[in-house]
Amino acid sequence: MAGLRFDLRDAPDGAAALRAEVREFLAEHAQNFTPEIRARSWMGFDRDFTRAVGAKGWIGMCWPREFGGAERSFLERNIVLEEMLAAGAPVGAHWIGDRQSGPLILRLGTEDQKRHFLPRIASGEYAFCIGLSEPDSGSDLASLRTKAEKVDGGWKLNGRKIWTTFGHLCDWMIALVRTSPAPEGGARHIGLSQVLVDLHAPGVSIRPIRDLVGEKGFNEITFDDVMLPEDALVGQEGAGWAQATSELAFERSGPDRYLSSHPLLEAAMTTLKQDGAAAPALGRQVARLWALRNMSVAVAGMLEDGQDPVRQAALVKDLGNDFEQALPNVVRDLIATEDMPEDMRRMHAYLTQIVPTFSLRGGTREIMRGIIARELGLR
Amino acid sequence: MASEIATELAEQADRALTDAADVAVLRSLEAGAWPATTWDAMAALGLNGALVSEDAGGVGLGFSDVAPLLEVLGRHAAPVPLAESIYGNALLAAAGISPPEGTLSFGARNGAIPWGRHAGHVALLDGARIALYPAAALAWEEASNIGHEPRDRARIIGAPIAEAVLPNSWGAEAGLLCTALMRSAQIAGAMQAALALAVDHANTRKQFGRPIGRFQAVQQQLAVFAAETSAASVAAAAAARAVDRRGLAAAAFEIGCAKITVGEAATRGAAIAHQVFAAMGITEEHQLHHFTRRLWSWREEGGSEAFWAKRIGQEAQALSGALWPFITAREEEIIP
Repeated sequence: MAGLRFDLRDAPDGAAALRAEVREFLAEHAQNFTPEIRARSWMGFDRDFTRAVGAKGWIGMCWPREFGGAERSFLERNIVLEEMLAAGAPVGAHWIGDRQSGPLILRLGTEDQKRHFLPRIASGEYAFCIGLSEPDSGSDLASLRTKAEKVDGGWKLNGRKIWTTFGHLCDWMIALVRTSPAPEGGARHIGLSQVLVDLHAPGVSIRPIRDLVGEKGFNEITFDDVMLPEDALVGQEGAGWAQATSELAFERSGPDRYLSSHPLLEAAMTTLKQDGAAAPALGRQVARLWALRNMSVAVAGMLEDGQDPVRQAALVKDLGNDFEQALPNVVRDLIATEDMPEDMRRMHAYLTQIVPTFSLRGGTREIMRGIIARELGLR
Repeated sequence: MASEIATELAEQADRALTDAADVAVLRSLEAGAWPATTWDAMAALGLNGALVSEDAGGVGLGFSDVAPLLEVLGRHAAPVPLAESIYGNALLAAAGISPPEGTLSFGARNGAIPWGRHAGHVALLDGARIALYPAAALAWEEASNIGHEPRDRARIIGAPIAEAVLPNSWGAEAGLLCTALMRSAQIAGAMQAALALAVDHANTRKQFGRPIGRFQAVQQQLAVFAAETSAASVAAAAAARAVDRRGLAAAAFEIGCAKITVGEAATRGAAIAHQVFAAMGITEEHQLHHFTRRLWSWREEGGSEAFWAKRIGQEAQALSGALWPFITAREEEIIP
């Protein structure tokens, strides 16, 4: 069960100063954070804000300077992420690029890909989305059917991706697609590759799908004979499955897996500060938050050490999702919605509707627990 | 992260307990016997003074170093007061009292004293006042927790060997905080043991023609158990680290958060363990209950989840909406 071991990590040198700098920056922008924006957390999309974050050097901050990075540590980056989430800042326009597309390109991209994409992600110019799910392929991702065929001068892409967050607002997608047929009777994850898709290219059509809150958050994206250049391939042809799954350690490891409801917890603390009867329930939330943070920082430390904490990340995501998902209901047991101050009530209303997504996005609760069960030797 | 020596000590204790504290020993303890051979094996490790400085004749380890050892004690449901001896000696040393040889326990003067009837010496606490009594100076009203561990009440019939007042950095709640720290790490260890038993059972017990661990419903439950077990271990370690950094009294927030976390984890984990073992796990013959009854007991000792939740909640409310800055600053501020 070594994959379920966590070693505590101490804060990096200069942590308090960096945190103070981020807080100061956020205070300057906070007047723009409406309750709905704060409640959206990393699902808030604001290009101007992202460019301002980029100008501070806080996107791609662990990457080499020659590619637009700041050569800071994962633990320092974690501080920036924590502060953004705690404040409910609209980080959606750079979150995916910073969290996984950029690191993937840095790790496996060609020199040209690194030179082109990384500085543009780091400045906030390019927004990335992830192309994994398809209409008939969700948790069973290896069954996907979108296909890139080798043709003269590149690849021809056909198929459909769905549930793509911010697809209609982004510039680029890294899609997992089939580039050669699965071997007869063999493993289906052979023959998959990751490709860079320019979402403004001819043949790409994007249909926003309204979510239950009434917003256009995710999309269905259709590829109809989309021509991709040869260098659209990221990493190795046919190795897309292994690449995409190791990327998941980055996707699942961060504080975005337990802090998505945090602004509501802070609002509850303020609103209920005189309410003695609320103390025990609030105390339990504080304890869970504290424990999750220690676990999450431990995972950041493993990334810092170059480990691949895919199981620990799944475990923290599962516990963290339970915590952030339960919060709106915990809070409404302490104060009736009609008695909440206006801002808090609006955050609460939004989160009540959207928290079911927390244990779906980035891999479902059932998939996370399956990963843990495998580590226990049960599968 | 635990130091190398701490890992080594934990491994030594693990080996010693594997030999000296099997299920038969646990059963005889519950029948009222004192497991002298188990204590002798533990005493041979020379760990009683683990938290006492080398100047004062101890091993000079920190609370973080000792946490893995306490987890090992929990993993074996160790039927001897080694945790109490280690922490009791730390309390005495902090008050300037020379640690005694042999078994030691401690607790609030008017409270239940773990292992009281078996202890060679007992440190009784009344706020920050601490007094060391030899066994001959105490009479016991015997009682147990639901784990069948001795939890006795002391009547003082003789004179203390020494009396002193703990420094402010240990404070008037030192006994409560030390107990919470010990039980937090022991809960993490007992959960590891119960989880390993449950996983092993799920892989061997067959129903419908296959091991029950092949069923997703069982896998998902055990995954939750594993996640809670990891959370308990991290919480216990983080509380110990806070004590090393800030001192005992100033780490009450982390100790309380840890005790809530491990208590909730114990409740969830014990329930899942029994669900996986079904009727077999309910029998006296099976070893599972040695762990689950202790998990349920240890939740209560050193403050229950409810006790700490109220207190941590009140502390958080007093922050007036600055919870996040408070939590982060505790990790990052420069501590003199």
